[in-house]
Amino acid sequence: MEMCRDEDALEIRDLDPFLAELLRQIPASTNAEGTEAAERRLFTSPAAETESELCAEWKVYVQPELRRLFSRATETVAADLQQLDGNTKPFANCTLRIPTRNAEAWLNALNQARLVIATKCNFTDSELCDHYRSPIGSRRDLSLFQVNFYGFLQEWMLRELGSL
Amino acid sequence: MTGLPWQRGNKAMPNDAAQSKTGCAILEAECALETPGLEQESKIEQAVDLPWQVVVHNDPVNLMTYVTMVFQKVFGLPRERAEQHMLEVHQKGRSVLWSGMRERAELYVQQLHGYLLLATLERAV
Repeated sequence: MEMCRDEDALEIRDLDPFLAELLRQIPASTNAEGTEAAERRLFTSPAAETESELCAEWKVYVQPELRRLFSRATETVAADLQQLDGNTKPFANCTLRIPTRNAEAWLNALNQARLVIATKCNFTDSELCDHYRSPIGSRRDLSLFQVNFYGFLQEWMLRELGSL
Repeated sequence: MTGLPWQRGNKAMPNDAAQSKTGCAILEAECALETPGLEQESKIEQAVDLPWQVVVHNDPVNLMTYVTMVFQKVFGLPRERAEQHMLEVHQKGRSVLWSGMRERAELYVQQLHGYLLLATLERAV
């Protein structure tokens, strides 16, 4: 796999089928529905419970705006990922081109996905710091690999965009 | 990406009317009293004078580099200052990023939530 910046786009070339599949799963991974803890993590309280009026108004006026923001980011990523669906050979390596104008949406969607997966799996701090665990052992190990892979992509995007 | 509230070049909240309502809620409630006593007057003064703090809390998932980038974008901090706050969050569990009027603090917290950081508003003590 080769990752580089090409003028107005970030490119992941020679992307193997396993990692391509992990990328395809980003939009679905952002879905927190059905898991109350994950939903609570995406839409956190703006203040202590004692500020009940503020918290109540936040739910009514701000949360819908945040929900739309997260949804737009996920939709942008899903549209970019359609590039990975055109392969005639399902196990061939492929290239993903991410326009830099969409980088903010990618950072957001990757973060949503990482938070939702980590909350659903209830990863411990030490697990989240274990960057060398094989993804093959179990579904939980695969999820941890997914969280770390998405984090790696975030770091790479930030570096390429000059934020690091 | 278009449509992000903090990329629109203005500081207006998405629901201006609603937000100004929240910002003035305490004042309106207190001012509705016709003859406030000393204790009530004191509450009014507190509501007017006490600044609010924007606090960011530690989170094991968000990357340190990502948090630094968010602080730079939302608060316009230079890299070094943003990293100092990020490290304070990481090491002490929280950092006060800003304090001042409630409406502005609400806007900052909304922006931070938009980046999925754990952020809260607190009354300054």
